Amino acid sequence: MNAQTRMEDMVSAREKLVVIGNGMAGCRAVEEILERDGDRYDITIFGAEPRVNYNRIMLSPVLAGEKTFDEIVINSAEWYAENDIELVSGDPVSHIDRTAKTVLSQSGRVEPYDKLLIATGSDPFIVPIPGNDLAGVITFRDLDDVDKMLAAAEKGGDAVVIGGGLLGLEAAHGLSLRGMKVTVVHLMPTLMERQLDEAAGYLLRQELEKRGQTILTGANTKVIHGMEGHVAGIELEDGTRLKADIVVMAAGIKPATGLAKSAGLECERGIVVDDHMVTSDPDILAVGECVQHRGACYGLVAPLWEMCRSLADHLTDAPTGYAGSVTSTKLKVSGIDLFSAGDFSGGDDCEDIVMRDAARGVYKRVVLKDNKLIGAVLYGDTADGNWYFDLLKKEEDVSDIREGLIFGQAFASGGALADPNAAVAALSDDAEICGCNGVSKGKVVQCINDGAHSLDAVRSQCKASASCGSCTGLVESLLSLTLGGEVESGPASTCKCTSFTHDDVRRLIVEKQLKEIPQVMQELHWTTPDGCSSCRPALNYYLLCAWPGEYEDDQKSRFVNERLHANIQKDGTYSVVPRMWGGVTSPKELRAIADVVEKYDARMVKVTGGQRLDIFGIRKEDLPAVWADLNAAGMVSGHAYGKSLRTVKTCVGSEWCRFGTQDSTGLGIKIEQMTWGSWMPHKFKIAVSGCPRNCAEATIKDFGVVCVDSGYELHVGGNGGIKVRATDLLCKVETEEEAMEHCAAFIQLYREDAHYLERTAPWLERKGLDWIKAQMFDDPERVGRLARRFRYSQQFMQDDPWARRAAGERADLHRHLATVRPMETEYA
Amino acid sequence: MMPGKWLDIGPTTQIEPGMAATLPVEGGEEIAVFHTVNGRFYALVNSCPHRQGPLSQGIVHGDSVTCPLHNWRISLSTGAALGDDSGCTPTIPLKIDGGRLFLLREAVVAPRGAAGPRAA
Ligand code: SRM
Ligand SMILES: Cc1cc2nc3c(=O)[nH]c(=O)nc-3n(C[C@H](O)[C@H](O)[C@H](O)COP(=O)(O)OP(=O)(O)OC[C@H]3O[C@@H](n4cnc5c(N)ncnc54)[C@H](O)[C@@H]3O)c2cc1C
Ligand code: SF4
Ligand code: FES
Repeated sequence: MNAQTRMEDMVSAREKLVVIGNGMAGCRAVEEILERDGDRYDITIFGAEPRVNYNRIMLSPVLAGEKTFDEIVINSAEWYAENDIELVSGDPVSHIDRTAKTVLSQSGRVEPYDKLLIATGSDPFIVPIPGNDLAGVITFRDLDDVDKMLAAAEKGGDAVVIGGGLLGLEAAHGLSLRGMKVTVVHLMPTLMERQLDEAAGYLLRQELEKRGQTILTGANTKVIHGMEGHVAGIELEDGTRLKADIVVMAAGIKPATGLAKSAGLECERGIVVDDHMVTSDPDILAVGECVQHRGACYGLVAPLWEMCRSLADHLTDAPTGYAGSVTSTKLKVSGIDLFSAGDFSGGDDCEDIVMRDAARGVYKRVVLKDNKLIGAVLYGDTADGNWYFDLLKKEEDVSDIREGLIFGQAFASGGALADPNAAVAALSDDAEICGCNGVSKGKVVQCINDGAHSLDAVRSQCKASASCGSCTGLVESLLSLTLGGEVESGPASTCKCTSFTHDDVRRLIVEKQLKEIPQVMQELHWTTPDGCSSCRPALNYYLLCAWPGEYEDDQKSRFVNERLHANIQKDGTYSVVPRMWGGVTSPKELRAIADVVEKYDARMVKVTGGQRLDIFGIRKEDLPAVWADLNAAGMVSGHAYGKSLRTVKTCVGSEWCRFGTQDSTGLGIKIEQMTWGSWMPHKFKIAVSGCPRNCAEATIKDFGVVCVDSGYELHVGGNGGIKVRATDLLCKVETEEEAMEHCAAFIQLYREDAHYLERTAPWLERKGLDWIKAQMFDDPERVGRLARRFRYSQQFMQDDPWARRAAGERADLHRHLATVRPMETEYA
Repeated sequence: MMPGKWLDIGPTTQIEPGMAATLPVEGGEEIAVFHTVNGRFYALVNSCPHRQGPLSQGIVHGDSVTCPLHNWRISLSTGAALGDDSGCTPTIPLKIDGGRLFLLREAVVAPRGAAGPRAA
């Protein structure tokens, strides 16, 4: 009796703690409290799932068949018993009564509390599209979800995973190991875009595709189709349909705030808590993914360990406070090493250090700001991930180890680091410098001593750094060590993002079959994550030229004029120049132009120096409509904006002129019809004059034809503009067909060889007329082959960009998001 | 009804990464909203500090944009001209919530550079 009373006294003396959510944060919080003061609270935990607490992050290995459920249990039934904790599992809390200080469960159980802890985690985000409630649409959050996926996988078939983030990719990996044919549908252009930059996302995608998964990026799911109430397939915004036996929704998570919201607790994205994890009600705390702390919500476990510590300190009267977390991510897909931490979006006040080793498939990038490491992305070699993460969290000043930082801890801490040259000097003569060509340090030094005084000379004489280029830095160090200040600089590199020259880049794109911008940047060791406004348009052109019909133009690598197919003016409006073949026009065309000028209030219409009309002052929103009107009169884009064929100027020629020797107007029109639409390294102008009086100024054009009695003189490499250069005579031919064939061949040679933004005049001076002649005439087949390649690529280029825009393509480039009206009118 | 502090300008998906979109403000200055390849969003007055070029039409790389008129490079996070150039474009506080973009209303309708409400 006495004993009984004492027990009751004790029980009632203990404060009652009720925990909602038997997950990773809820249980960890309890463990932390018990560790500090095992007797303080009488604890009841409600869990919606009918089981003990397990390690949720290990659901991925369970799905992949690498672990069993028993192996991932964190708190077994014995743990609850030993610590005198009552676990109410499979019975979610449905209501909180803050006045009575009780909670009500689904089964009707009422439990009073002194302190209440909400740890409800997150709910999967269900994309709001028709069909999202069909049987076979599965989320990836708890063991039941895994069981559903396993049951489906047993029957094989097709799985579509919506979402290419961490969860989606782990689900995809598991399902494909379980024998399903998996397609990942991801809204953004890069996988795991929140954890990875474009370059690492690209490598990841390549690897997953190699493993047989289909990855669709930039893909927006429109509907999930069903048959007899079960998933049958999905349809994307662009009309693509995919068969699916199951659809896994892994498009994101949202903090589970429903219960807290209806209890009137302050919630924004998550349940708002202070540094001690206390909500707007001092007796109610919250922890884990359901909370929002200092504006941040987390979706990873590391922060919740820290939250739980501060929460337990507070509940045991020794408050410390949580200050927010820096997080890092790893993908749990066997054989793929990937790590990211902190802020790697970069920026102008930040400095990027990038190392790429194409041969090993490695990409590493660290981001520094004010001499501190603020972000890191590693792919292929994550050995130093923890070291970087540590530097990042400690906010250590890394200026002393900056030079060696990207090579990792072993190198950076090796002593000889402040000066990378010193590290190279310390290498033995046998040390391998260039892995691709097996060149040792001794050989490179000897080659330099033998007269190779520039990077280029070393590359051509001993092959070091001539292949993948990853040892360029080492070779440069050896040059300056051996020669002191006398290193000669070779041809300039494409831009500051790479040490490769334009020629190297063009050659390697073809040799290595590089077909996308991120792939070029990876394989050629770009030192910036996504290039700059100089190299991006250049790479876009080089790829377009190398892979006609195959490469998909990258609009975001285009200068605005080529993106909007009109010329931007100083006031932000555009000018529109329709093509007028050979400078010849008609009443119908003139009428259409006149109508456009009036209809769209164009402020000026002017005859250009290129024998056509330019309409000025069109707004970007009106461009598609203007083009539709011009198209209706049979006119197409004049590419007055493009690194492409501009105009073919002509004179009246034999048809009218008393001196004319050939039909220069007719030939000009034919040439323009053959060459329009082609993208080139720079703008390209052509003219055809009917006699040597040369009224069309053919001898200052990129390609000029001067007609004579006996045929056609073909001239190349002329330029008006900044530095006037008269053409050189390429050759003389007898027929129109030959003139056109040579024109096509010359253009193609220029397209395939010149550097981006190099017009024919400087190109010809750099290469020499003899070189050009040799390229075209040494082999009698050559002109034909070049011309054929030009015609092949024209198949894909000669489709009027205006017509496509007028028909609605890329309407997003022309419209505004919305118009904001001042508040007074907005709510009137 | 009281207008909210944040102005909802629609879903994040309406701007492709690496691109920008425009938002005219009646009686105010047009705003450019950028989405970088790395998935960040920024909002700035759509006007270059050099000669008011429309920054929304430039090439976006890293967290900067190159102005289409004379190639100044502008930081998207601070609005400042980078490199040897100097000048600054006002930035507009932006937040993302539930997959939608929000701009700080007072910054959207405030006159350039100065505080206080804008005359309509
Ligand atoms: C409209 C026009 C002037 C006119 O009113 O006549 C013109 C206008 C511009 N020219 Fe030109 N050029 C025009 C004929 C010329 C000519 C004459 C010709 O083609 O016979 C030349 C000298 C010939 C030559 O190119 O060799 C010419 C040499 C240039 C140059 C210097 C090029 C050079 O290599 O030195 C530039 C600057 C550049 O391209 O970098 C330039 C650049 C420009 C730009 C694109 C400046 C710019 O980047 O904004 C102007 C755009 C105007 C617009 O918005 O439409 N424009 N420009 C002419 C359009 C022709 C057409 O129908 O397409
Ligand atoms: C497949 C998968 C892989 C992951 N991999 C990683 C990883 O590699 N690294 C990493 O850091 N993080 C990973 N995570 C995220 C990590 O699991 C979460 O951050 C962590 O579980 C959050 O803990 P929590 O306690 O806040 O939520 P949870 O662990 O989800 O716990 C919340 C619990 O509350 C229950 N609940 C909800 N409402 C109620 C209610 N009304 N009444 C009673 N109970 C309720 C839920 O059923 C759940 O059991 C992964 C997540 C998943 C799903
Ligand atoms: S000459 Fe100069 S000012 Fe005139 S159109 Fe050409 S680029 Fe513009
Ligand atoms: S207006 Fe932007 S650079 Fe001149």
